[in-house]
Amino acid sequence: MSEPRMSEPHVPQPHITEPDTSQPYVIVHQKLDEAMNDVEVERQLGLAERLWASATIRKALIIFLMAAAWESYARFLDNPLLLPTLSETSAAGWQAMLDGTLMNRALSSLKILLLGYAAGISLAAVLSVVAISTRIGADFLETATAMFNPLPAIALLPLALIWFGLGSGSIIFVLIHSVLWAVALNTHSGFLAVSQTLRMVGLNYDLRGLRYISKIFVPAAFGSILTGLKIGWAFAWRTLIAAELVFGVSSGQGGLGWYIFEKRNTLDIPGVFCGLLTVIVIGLVVENLIFRTIERVTVRRWGLQS
Amino acid sequence: MSLLLQVDGVTLRYKTPQSLITATHRVSFSVDEGDRYVLLGPSGCGKSTLLKAVGGYIAPVEGEIRIRDRKVTAPGPDRMMVFQEFDQLLPWKTVLQNVVFPLKVAKGLSHREAEDRAYCYIEKVKLTEFANSYPHTLSGGMKQRVAIARGMAMQPDILLMDEPFAALDALTRRRMQDELLELWEETGFTVLFVTHSINEAIRVGNRILLLSPRPGRVKAEVGHIERSLLDERGTGRLEKEIHELLFAEAAKPVEAAHV
Repeated sequence: MSEPRMSEPHVPQPHITEPDTSQPYVIVHQKLDEAMNDVEVERQLGLAERLWASATIRKALIIFLMAAAWESYARFLDNPLLLPTLSETSAAGWQAMLDGTLMNRALSSLKILLLGYAAGISLAAVLSVVAISTRIGADFLETATAMFNPLPAIALLPLALIWFGLGSGSIIFVLIHSVLWAVALNTHSGFLAVSQTLRMVGLNYDLRGLRYISKIFVPAAFGSILTGLKIGWAFAWRTLIAAELVFGVSSGQGGLGWYIFEKRNTLDIPGVFCGLLTVIVIGLVVENLIFRTIERVTVRRWGLQS
Repeated sequence: MSLLLQVDGVTLRYKTPQSLITATHRVSFSVDEGDRYVLLGPSGCGKSTLLKAVGGYIAPVEGEIRIRDRKVTAPGPDRMMVFQEFDQLLPWKTVLQNVVFPLKVAKGLSHREAEDRAYCYIEKVKLTEFANSYPHTLSGGMKQRVAIARGMAMQPDILLMDEPFAALDALTRRRMQDELLELWEETGFTVLFVTHSINEAIRVGNRILLLSPRPGRVKAEVGHIERSLLDERGTGRLEKEIHELLFAEAAKPVEAAHV
């Protein structure tokens, strides 16, 4: 480390000897300390410090430690029926991957999920547009969300089974319920928060109706809309797995929830853990990869979220 | 010079949750093409409300506003607004896209034409090197310059500026006023400018409408301000005179003391 080179204090100290009363003011000029011009202002941090500053690396370390703790505790317990080791679970997972069962189950879960998610979002979009355009629409949306948002989607499944029968129809119905209110509520509050100035700017551009909403309100409220989409996705994912697990419905083949249930029935506990891990991994991928990427290229780039 | 904007006996009222407020009472004035017309008055004189009415955001309860002999009924791109707030730029668009966007959606220009024209005006406000920056990375003064470029690029009948420099620091404000005058000398656009600063009104305007507060009524109009003929002392005198006109009641005891 090099000490910043300071020049000798040759700069004359300002002092006013005799106030010149004939002038209304006095300016005392000072010389800039030229030596400071090439002193090092910026220095790179060390490698370890930069690595530790990365959240990804810190979190990867935490995951690694948790995996190690699991492995060592399961070995100590030595009871694969209660807690199989990580290596047994990975072996079972590898096997299930190879014969394609796990993949198929995950895909059939995701297919249903996307159907329900897309339907829920479309309905939420219609509701939010109506709510921002008319006062009665806003009243309806606020009342309906207040009523239905606290109702867990899974609680509707018994009823859905009666209405739509044993099949994907009833699961999609509960998925829509779990997505719709969260997305609509967040979109609506995002719309309401769009500043008066931006609204006036949009009108100034001669934007009216749907064009006004899609070109001004949607991007301006994108932060809240994205939050709604994230919450809706998390709700839908949990609801789906629970629904499959409890009722094992969904058109013959069944998804991940059903896979977990089956494996438990055959006392294939490593298989149960595989199913659970797959649920976690898919959840992580969607939240951290997909949503994080969308955030990075939108609201973060726009400076709407730090 | 031909008549551009006529405000004829306009009374404006707006509602707050508690009461109905009369912002202006039978205000009349007219703006010629190429004018830098300033609405000046203390807070509460309805000058911003008046500007919004010209913008088409508020309908007068009495009188009417005509631009090029068309009655103003709704907001439109022939009257581009420049607001005081820094958040008037669309944060999801870069500087260039912010200027291009209204050209495309409101004027129906092709992408190429819109971009060419946008670049030209971005250059006029000296922001070429920031054309691809997002608004949140710009300083307040730069954001206002983008808003001015955006308004001018639309080549509106009139540019409506609602205290555009009020939220800037004093040094930047001075520079922006000078830049606005330079732009005006270059292109000769018509601008209706709202401010509460007498100094700014004199620097920016060639005509100044003085409004009294609560409700806003026309007190006087200062016309034919020729900046080249106004030296520092002349400016000071005009400033003092406007101040006395605006605050006539409040200033009376002081005047009495002077005599």
